[in-house]
Amino acid sequence: MLKATDLVVRWGAVTALDGVSLSVADGEMVALVGPNGAGKSSLVQALAGLVRPAGGTVTVEGRLAYVPEGRQLFYDLPVEDNLALGAWRGRNREPKRVYEVLPELAPLAKKKAGALSGGQQQMVAVGRALMADPEILLIDELSLGLAPIIATGLANQLKVLHETRDLAVLLIEQNAEMAFDLCSRVYVLENGRIVTSGSPAELRRSETVRRAYLGAGGAFQGTGDGTAGGGAAASDRA
Amino acid sequence: MSALVDYLISGLAIGCGYALLASGFVAIFRVTEVINFAQGTLAVLGGFVASSALTSAGLPHGLAEALGVLAAGGAGLLFGWIAIGRKGTPPLASLVITLGLAVAAYAAEIAIWGDQPISYTALPGDFVLAGAHLLRQYLLVIGASLVALLGLGVFFTRTYAGKGMTACASNKFAARVVGINVRRVGLYAFGLGGLLGGLAGVLLIPIEPLSFNSDIGLAVSGFAAAIFGGLRSFEMALVGGVVLGVAEALIAGYWQASYQTVVALGLMLLLMIWQARGRMELA
Repeated sequence: MLKATDLVVRWGAVTALDGVSLSVADGEMVALVGPNGAGKSSLVQALAGLVRPAGGTVTVEGRLAYVPEGRQLFYDLPVEDNLALGAWRGRNREPKRVYEVLPELAPLAKKKAGALSGGQQQMVAVGRALMADPEILLIDELSLGLAPIIATGLANQLKVLHETRDLAVLLIEQNAEMAFDLCSRVYVLENGRIVTSGSPAELRRSETVRRAYLGAGGAFQGTGDGTAGGGAAASDRA
Repeated sequence: MSALVDYLISGLAIGCGYALLASGFVAIFRVTEVINFAQGTLAVLGGFVASSALTSAGLPHGLAEALGVLAAGGAGLLFGWIAIGRKGTPPLASLVITLGLAVAAYAAEIAIWGDQPISYTALPGDFVLAGAHLLRQYLLVIGASLVALLGLGVFFTRTYAGKGMTACASNKFAARVVGINVRRVGLYAFGLGGLLGGLAGVLLIPIEPLSFNSDIGLAVSGFAAAIFGGLRSFEMALVGGVVLGVAEALIAGYWQASYQTVVALGLMLLLMIWQARGRMELA
């Protein structure tokens, strides 16, 4: 279980998160959508313990792993070392168990991560997180910079992982259509605040959410001016 | 011919010592982005402690040198703790701290060991190669340095801890993401730098007597060798150290000993400009 209560994160004088509360139950798959600069990465870094919040609390029950935005691999190390380093806090450093769920990685084991395609690198990033045997997985922008067919393939693999391992997932995603399809609950973050949340079906009924996040192609269409929240079905504004 | 062999082998030995110092610079810089200007001090400390262990404590060779290396490793850890121990210390501030530590160490060194040069005989005797009579210590320096540098390569490429250190050098944010405490690994890098500096000290002190202020020359030579590989490559640091050591020996032998450091460093500068031009043409 992952829970944030009244979370405040500041970068100098700028308040990136202003009283954000959200939760992810065991085995639940939750999405967080929002425009650029909404505070999504600040939130996920605070949840992962990489940023110390200025206020509020984060409660993590279970092992948590984090797939950061932009993959953030060890590009001059081979794939197998990237994976092994994912188990830094654990004991089992053998990447075989990741090859079983992501078999595409096995033939790439000896290749340097920097020499892989974007989709392969994203798969390594997910695999590295899985090496920590997580119960909660934070994924920041799974589809960023990937061709739609690659992103869809990764999303399907993520869904299988979630279902077969009972993995709780918080997916931070600009591709709102993908996030709505994958997850059972969605939070919308704008200007450092949760402006609305609910099931994908509830949010799809909101004209404002549809216009801002589910426009042509399903990719984010919003302006970041905080206009998506008003008409949502189930708001838990922090 | 025998003179040339003499200069080449002695230069190679000194160069290997520089390469050890340079590897210390590289090990620390890769993880922390701090240039440890107390690297020469660590070599001097290692040599001095080994000397005391031999002469005052009466320890046998091998054990005394090991003690010197370990003491330098401990001093490296301490220097690292002072330089980067406080969270958020910028690398430039840490660099200045290492300079301050090097100067502060003078007082301790003079108080304990005095201000006269110190040396000892480690591997006595000489051998003849192509008509040149060479110190057996040269072979020890070359052999021990190569074994240490090979061990360093194995550590970074084959061990989990070494890969963790390489990970910190490769992508610090990603290292934090997987749970590596980058600051702690930086401290270990300082410790490793201390061990390498100490090894250079105990190997070089029988060839070149060291005094409290020998650290400057050692640090400058080690730093020059390290930047030959952009402060990131251990292999190029070895090449840089050997080029510098051999160049110094040839200049001292065929020209003037007083010019050896200046001219050799000038030569290194020219080589680095040539390297940089090559890289620019490739780009």
